[in-house]
Amino acid sequence: MKKHPVLWAFATIIALSIIIVVYIVLGPSALGFAGGKTVALAAYHGEDPTGAAPELKAASLVERGEYLARAADCAVCHTAPDGTAFAGGRAFVLPFGTLYSTNITPDAETGIGNYSDANFLDAVHKGIGRDNTKLYPAMPYPSYTYMSDTDALAIKAYLFTLRPVHAPAPKNSLAFPFNQRSLMRVWSALFNSDRRFEPNLDRSPEWNRGAYLVEAMGHCGECHTPRNLFFALNNREKFGGAVQAGWRAYNITADRASGVGAWSDADLANYLSAGHAEGRGSASGPMGEAVDESLKYLKASDISAMVTYLRSVPALTTSDLPEPKLTPAVTAQVTAPEANPHGKAVYEGACAGCHGWSGVSPVIPFATLIGTRSVNDPTATNVAQVIIGGGHRHSPVDANNMPAFGAAYSDDEIAAVANFVTARYGVKGSDLTAARVAALRAEN
Amino acid sequence: MTHKPVRSSLPTRRDFLKTAGTASVVALTIGFEWAATGRRAVAAVTPPGATFTPNAFLRIGSDNRVTVIAKHLEMGQGTYTGIATIVAEELDADWTTVSVESAPADAKRYANLVFGTLQGTGGSSAMANSWAQLRDAGAKARAMLLSAAAKDWHVPVAELTTDKGMVYHAAGKRQATYGSLVKTALSLPVPDNVVLKDPKNFKLIGARPPRVDAAAKTDGSAQFTLDFVLPGMLVALLKRPPLFGATVKSFDATAAAAVPGVVKVVQVPGGIAVVAKGFWAAKLGRDALKIEWDDSKAEKRSSSALMAEYRRLADQPALSARKVGDAHKAIGDATRRVSASYEFPYLAHAPMEPLDAVVKLDASSCEIWAGDQFQTIDQANAAHTAGLDPKQVSIHTLYAGGSFGRRANTISDYIVEAVSIAKAFGADGTPIKLQWTREDDIHGGLYRPMYFHKLEAGLNAQGELTGWHHVIVGQSIIADTIFAAGIKDGIDSTSVEGAANIAYAIPNIAVDLSTTKTGVPVLWWRVVGSSHTTFAVEAFIDEAAHVAGVDGFTFRRKLLEHEPRMKAVLELAAEKAGWNAGPLPPGRGRGIAVAEAFKTFVAQVAEVTVDRDGNVKVDRVVCAVDCGTPINPDIITAQMEGGIGFGLGAVMHSAITLKDGRVEQGNFNNYRVLRMNEMPKIEVHIVPSTAPPTGVGEPGVAPIGPAVANAIFAATGKRVHALPFGKVGVA
Amino acid sequence: MPTTFRLNGQTATLDADPSMPLLWALREVAGLHGTKFGCGMAMCGACTVHLDGQAVRSCVMPLSAVEGRDITTIEGLHSKQAKAVQAAWVELQVPQCGYCQSGQVMSATALLEKNAAPTDADIDSAMSGNICRCATYQRIRAAIHSAAQSLKV
Repeated sequence: MKKHPVLWAFATIIALSIIIVVYIVLGPSALGFAGGKTVALAAYHGEDPTGAAPELKAASLVERGEYLARAADCAVCHTAPDGTAFAGGRAFVLPFGTLYSTNITPDAETGIGNYSDANFLDAVHKGIGRDNTKLYPAMPYPSYTYMSDTDALAIKAYLFTLRPVHAPAPKNSLAFPFNQRSLMRVWSALFNSDRRFEPNLDRSPEWNRGAYLVEAMGHCGECHTPRNLFFALNNREKFGGAVQAGWRAYNITADRASGVGAWSDADLANYLSAGHAEGRGSASGPMGEAVDESLKYLKASDISAMVTYLRSVPALTTSDLPEPKLTPAVTAQVTAPEANPHGKAVYEGACAGCHGWSGVSPVIPFATLIGTRSVNDPTATNVAQVIIGGGHRHSPVDANNMPAFGAAYSDDEIAAVANFVTARYGVKGSDLTAARVAALRAEN
Repeated sequence: MTHKPVRSSLPTRRDFLKTAGTASVVALTIGFEWAATGRRAVAAVTPPGATFTPNAFLRIGSDNRVTVIAKHLEMGQGTYTGIATIVAEELDADWTTVSVESAPADAKRYANLVFGTLQGTGGSSAMANSWAQLRDAGAKARAMLLSAAAKDWHVPVAELTTDKGMVYHAAGKRQATYGSLVKTALSLPVPDNVVLKDPKNFKLIGARPPRVDAAAKTDGSAQFTLDFVLPGMLVALLKRPPLFGATVKSFDATAAAAVPGVVKVVQVPGGIAVVAKGFWAAKLGRDALKIEWDDSKAEKRSSSALMAEYRRLADQPALSARKVGDAHKAIGDATRRVSASYEFPYLAHAPMEPLDAVVKLDASSCEIWAGDQFQTIDQANAAHTAGLDPKQVSIHTLYAGGSFGRRANTISDYIVEAVSIAKAFGADGTPIKLQWTREDDIHGGLYRPMYFHKLEAGLNAQGELTGWHHVIVGQSIIADTIFAAGIKDGIDSTSVEGAANIAYAIPNIAVDLSTTKTGVPVLWWRVVGSSHTTFAVEAFIDEAAHVAGVDGFTFRRKLLEHEPRMKAVLELAAEKAGWNAGPLPPGRGRGIAVAEAFKTFVAQVAEVTVDRDGNVKVDRVVCAVDCGTPINPDIITAQMEGGIGFGLGAVMHSAITLKDGRVEQGNFNNYRVLRMNEMPKIEVHIVPSTAPPTGVGEPGVAPIGPAVANAIFAATGKRVHALPFGKVGVA
Repeated sequence: MPTTFRLNGQTATLDADPSMPLLWALREVAGLHGTKFGCGMAMCGACTVHLDGQAVRSCVMPLSAVEGRDITTIEGLHSKQAKAVQAAWVELQVPQCGYCQSGQVMSATALLEKNAAPTDADIDSAMSGNICRCATYQRIRAAIHSAAQSLKV
């Protein structure tokens, strides 16, 4: 039989596609990098890596549930801007439509008031709603699936103490085929292991505690790990950084230049618990929310365990991220002819008051730009985002908030000032365009 | 938090000097007062420690100090200096001994003669309405001092002269200070008539006496309401509804009341107030309030939807504000036609000092300290709120850190809030300062209204305008206020001023007004109607000139043949700006505009550079102004500079927008105003004049927007049809 | 919790909430009213004071941040540059409403203390964070040049 070239090409494409899909589907799990021998939680005889912080051993179920709900950061997604906590309605603008978070107050009709324990565990572990619908993985159940039943039910106990709020979730507006929830079953079968956390016998108890907090609770990878073709986490590049909701969630592997390898343990702990590490930068955008709603409530021992675990994640290099410049800009005032006069003009009016001219803030350490990842990011993505939307941190005092400038400044002005900032305080500078700023506005 | 007394109990050096000075002077002082309406001088022996309540326009102490009583608010426009200059000129006072004190709220003596029977400041009327009154006051006082000297020295008045606070008798080689003549002058009758100075002999008017407030405003000692404290005073912040027209449904003050330093949380008609021992505690307390709002009656529309509605209304029948000939026919018959529309946003005044007022209220009296701009109205509204008679309400007017019209509002919003809080607190005489934050100010309403303008014009074969049709759509500022009687035949003159009275000689004119209603409270904003009408008229006349193929200056001048003062400023600005000096290099352009506002004439030529990305930089503005007799040329210049900067910031950057009824701006980060790096170089030329003086606080704002827009067209060929243009881009 | 720092050349101890912005501690606890409140978010410069000689916005600086440091307000200005600035302000009749001028004078003084002959561009960089709604900018610029000139002599 004669070989038909078109058929052959077709067959090759199909074969290659299958290989790619298999490659993707067979990717490592979130904890796969660690190697070693794991056992079921029940069979583990070390210190229990699950549960609330050791300080809360004697606390009530509801108190422990509250701590765990903080650790799992439920409130951020399940609360609309200016809305009642946990009543849902926050919009998630995705490339293929808008999703809204649901009400998880114990309202029978619109919340989870009628959920049995089994219903709740199905939702948390498998992404299956009470009416047997599949949830979209905006709900990070591939991470929460590691959560122990005990902990999930403690969270449920806490949620059931809240005042029920009658708040139907707005209708999702997803394009075909993403509006077909049944497809999520296939996705789930491929990308949700539906396995609880299994302690690693070759790692320390502290590491195991950190792993549980980072993976099952904090679901850090949901932002910091890139996604594959099927929108699932690609753990081959675990914590290598990704773009999420228009912000860059940076590389948090041990790489010294582009990750957090050069950060001290104290830097990492401060950043996680206070949203700020001296000379490293301040959390804003989605990370700022994670600190305000979740991480700042965690006990020091838990933060320390998370640091231990993060340090063990293999280094990956993000090629476009250089090692941040640590030296302040030299002149007190800008006197040299300016390559970007328009950006400078915006900076001197709106920015210099807090950020100064050296990049070391004369007012508050939170506002120091030198050493921060974002001003050393040649895409200037997060610089632009924080200019557009401001930095709304709840602590330590609200005076530390950076105002939002998006409404007053044009795309062109925001691009100009972002480029001025990265050129002056970063290693490489950036070439952000007004069109890109417009796109970032839309994503936020 | 512990709270220390806001002022040290130890007297400062300044206090000491003041006390010492008072003590030594008072012992022998017989104050010299003279009332405008009075027939006799009044002796006021002031024992030490007594409160001295002035009741006239000037006071001369035996210490030679001349105190001028200002019935107008000093909010930056230089009124105190202007008022003092007029009095001191006719009095022949020594400028270094002159100081100014604010008048109490007392409409009988201190009414603004332009407003009729109301005491207040606005409409660039301070100099205009004070001119004759204060010249008379100064001249009569001088006449009495001369008579006193004549009496003491037994010489004829005709042989006496005055200069710099002294009376001279050349023949007798005698001289005396005004202070030494006070005692005798007191016993003399006030003359019925007095000869005013020949303007040729003016020494202060037309010179540049320094501002009376410059030094105190440079060393931080000038006292604004923000700085005013009374023993035991508390500070209140008010949480207002997030939507205009919303009200409190329920609130939980538990967390707010628990903030250290918070004294009381009270509900008032305007919202929920947190009264605390200081600003920060009040702010933290207010942040901790939990309030549910009833927004069933609130305005929930977006400004974009309102503008779309205005645009639609512009094509509907409207009321006629001016009709000359038949504009529709003229435009229909025209050889060439031109049309354009212009959009204007809501604007906040955003004075540097956020609104504030101190109120001391008890069962029978209400004392108010504020940068008060509408004393009579504020007095009435405060009295009504407190349940008192207006006579029981006294107002002490302090320096205002800017206003631009914001403090002159008929509902006295911030005053009423302060009084209502003091009342809810218990009306127990505790002084309470209501302090607004910048966010309160930007969210607080009483904006310059949003407007839509639509214009159409026809030109004949010779390029002459034959017909002009102008439609204005927007809210009325004075509807539903005590000034509503000023609406004639449905036309609020503040909506159409600058358009209905267009000065250009066009044979057929129709100016129509469509008045809208929204839930957004509105107010006059510096230069009032001309803040939008001048832009529409002057940008559109430029479009017409372009169609006619004539430059903007020549086209206007021809239409102003019968308007000598308008034409004169136009020519002066063009000449000084080098209008005919040839074109500017590519990317740069020159634009001209002229306006009359509050009887002052202003023309401006703007030079702009527009870069490839469409960024506009205004390089230079040449301004010509005719405000009648220039009382203080330096202050006139300063007001033109400031008006240009104020107007420029607005047209480039400022807009209040609403999304579903919620104001989207909150502070200077998103309500942008002009900054140092955007300030053009400004030259001001004043037309010499002996006409009665008119105001300068507002008119300088009017022409800058269209002058810049016309310059942008010259530079780029693009027209500006919506403000602020900084947001829409021009490239 | 008391905070101790140098205030206008003298040791001051202010007993106030350490998170209270310096502005309100200066105004309501120390009783110094020259420093003004304009925006509360470092956008307008009305609250400018000197921290170790540098112009900073006191409305966003927590009181705790000045522990042991040196604060100068408009009331405590005494350098020759400050005197020159204030003299030029009066000479050129800069203030209108005057509310922002304490902050303007503080920023201008800090500029001249570092840069004896600022250019227009230097003035823009140092002064653009100070808003003046009366737009006295042209005179501020001229007064800074004039003060610089007077210091040369």
